[in-house]
Amino acid sequence: MKDTPLSTCERDFILKAIEEKKRLDGRQTYDYRKIKISFGTDYGCCFVDLGHTRVMAQVSCELVAPKESRPNEGIMFFNIELSPLASPAFEQGRQSELSVKLNRQLERCLRNSKCIDIESLCVVSGEKVWQIRVDVHMLNNDGNLMDASSIAAIAALCHFRRPDVAVQGEEVTVYSPEERDPIPLSIYHMPISVSFSFFQQGTYLLVDPCEREERVMDGLLMIAMNKHREICSIQSSGGIMLLKEQVMRCSKIASVKVSEITELITKALTNDKTARKAGGRCGFAESMPQERITALKVDETPVETDDVAEKAIGIIEDAEAPPPTASSPVVPVPGVGQVGMGLQNTWGVEEEEEMEEFSSGDDDVEEVTKMEEQKKKDNKDDVVEISDSEEEEVVILHPEKPPKEKNVKSSFHQKGAPSSKKKTKQKN
Amino acid sequence: GGAVVHTSMFAVLKEKVGQVVVPGDEFCFDAENTISLSESAKPDRAVCGPGLRRTGDRLVVMKSGVLRHKPPLTFWIESQQKRYVATKGETVIGIVTARGGDIFRVDFGGSELASLSYLAFEGATKRNRPNVQVGDLVFAQFLIANKDMEPELVCIDGSGRANGMGVFGPGGLLIKVSLGLVRRLLAPKSDIRSDLEQLFPCELVVGMNGRVWVRASSVQQTLIVANLLQSCDTMTTQQRQQLFKKVQQGAL
Repeated sequence: MKDTPLSTCERDFILKAIEEKKRLDGRQTYDYRKIKISFGTDYGCCFVDLGHTRVMAQVSCELVAPKESRPNEGIMFFNIELSPLASPAFEQGRQSELSVKLNRQLERCLRNSKCIDIESLCVVSGEKVWQIRVDVHMLNNDGNLMDASSIAAIAALCHFRRPDVAVQGEEVTVYSPEERDPIPLSIYHMPISVSFSFFQQGTYLLVDPCEREERVMDGLLMIAMNKHREICSIQSSGGIMLLKEQVMRCSKIASVKVSEITELITKALTNDKTARKAGGRCGFAESMPQERITALKVDETPVETDDVAEKAIGIIEDAEAPPPTASSPVVPVPGVGQVGMGLQNTWGVEEEEEMEEFSSGDDDVEEVTKMEEQKKKDNKDDVVEISDSEEEEVVILHPEKPPKEKNVKSSFHQKGAPSSKKKTKQKN
Repeated sequence: GGAVVHTSMFAVLKEKVGQVVVPGDEFCFDAENTISLSESAKPDRAVCGPGLRRTGDRLVVMKSGVLRHKPPLTFWIESQQKRYVATKGETVIGIVTARGGDIFRVDFGGSELASLSYLAFEGATKRNRPNVQVGDLVFAQFLIANKDMEPELVCIDGSGRANGMGVFGPGGLLIKVSLGLVRRLLAPKSDIRSDLEQLFPCELVVGMNGRVWVRASSVQQTLIVANLLQSCDTMTTQQRQQLFKKVQQGAL
């Protein structure tokens, strides 16, 4: 499918705005868009958001035979996928010019810079080495795919853990992640690519072009650098003539940007590490912000929260104790069995009150389902109810209330409290 | 189209106005409820707008959104989407991508390119061709737009007059917004439009395919209006008015 063509009016406007040092989204000339780095549940899976551009990198490993010419070294394989998911201009399956260019640039940036210790990937010289494969998928194209891919690739490589291997003489044992903790790759430095776009024959320069700016630009300069100010690769495309001073200026800007981005990556890696150690939830789903369309949202009602704690404690003290839990089936009367929480039916006969929401989340839902499974019970009565439908009008004759136990002053998050608080009225 | 709706279903529909409905919701005609001594069982003709369809004796919801009602008889679903489907009679902003033979090929954001004839401009004859180049913007309306045929645009109305349509002049910026925002901008008493009027003078052309063309007196002001429109799509009225007030106070 063809991409939307760029109209003359847009092109003229963007160029005019650049001449006045204005960008479409209000950034300055040297500003990057907001970068967000998040990791998946697997080791080696990284998502990078650069404004609206979204990229995912996944690292995987495999034991293979090494190359003939290099028996001591592991193999690195890079692959960038441009799918129609990212933009209607990308066609599935076909190697477009952009795809070739991105692949080549990523390889030069990561392989030729020797950022990863290849020799440590060797298991048995000449026979078995690790092949590390980095797949980068474009999820949304809003310009500057190269930068986003390089950040995603290096962050995924830093995040990745390969299985531990032990060599004893002729025997090679590969331990699974459950047996022994997987070990990270040894990475010397983090090369990151920074893109500069040029307009009006090199007169104007913008860092991190968005998609519309990319369509209008004359040429692109990509500098891959690490935070130690070592340039790993420079590539200029578009055929514009650049002066020496311009390239030097760009490299200075790039070094500043690279150190900022490297800091971001290390921070994201440490956050992920602490989250995993603490056993907390990690992964892609957790990092997604809750996006709501606010036009249909009801306005917040102001609530007095000054004395909530005291009120809550007061309510809890006055309410009945949570019913005792019976774990195995209890048979009070032949023909009636009961499992689950409580030995007394705490559901009122009239319509059910609405569930109040507490911040405890999942546990409350489980409580509710348990209570619904509870069969109707009668304490010491002659009337035996056979149906357990809660909607029908059911008359319970003189149920005996257990002696009201005073609730122990407990924390506000007591799980049993909500359910017992509700159903205090019963038809007598 | 119209559907015969009994007064009981009418009442049910009216109840649900302003609530969110999802595809698959039905408004049934309950046979038992018609026997009501207070209301006469005279059927009313209700007009089903976009998002509602009649199957048999039921009204089925086809899109998710909020049910709206315009007295006396019109019901429709107000939904949110970005992808435009060509409909006859709607005015859209198109980009001319090619010229060949006697027609221009215009992209309006749909699945195919539409055709716009050279002669479909005001005052155009075989000798007097309109001054339209590739890459220009045109404001046109659909003459033919159904799923079986290639869509066709024209820049004149039934009586041969331009009526505001035609090729755009220079300057301005084209932005893409959701279809819901476009409808809100084009509504007769639009809040967003009146809020925009307070800010600064600007020219606005709104195409029903989600494209809006903005031009203000300076590049900065044009950018401000464009960004405001794109961000106030998902805001409540209050948030939007706060935002506009902030801009006005910090305005240049």
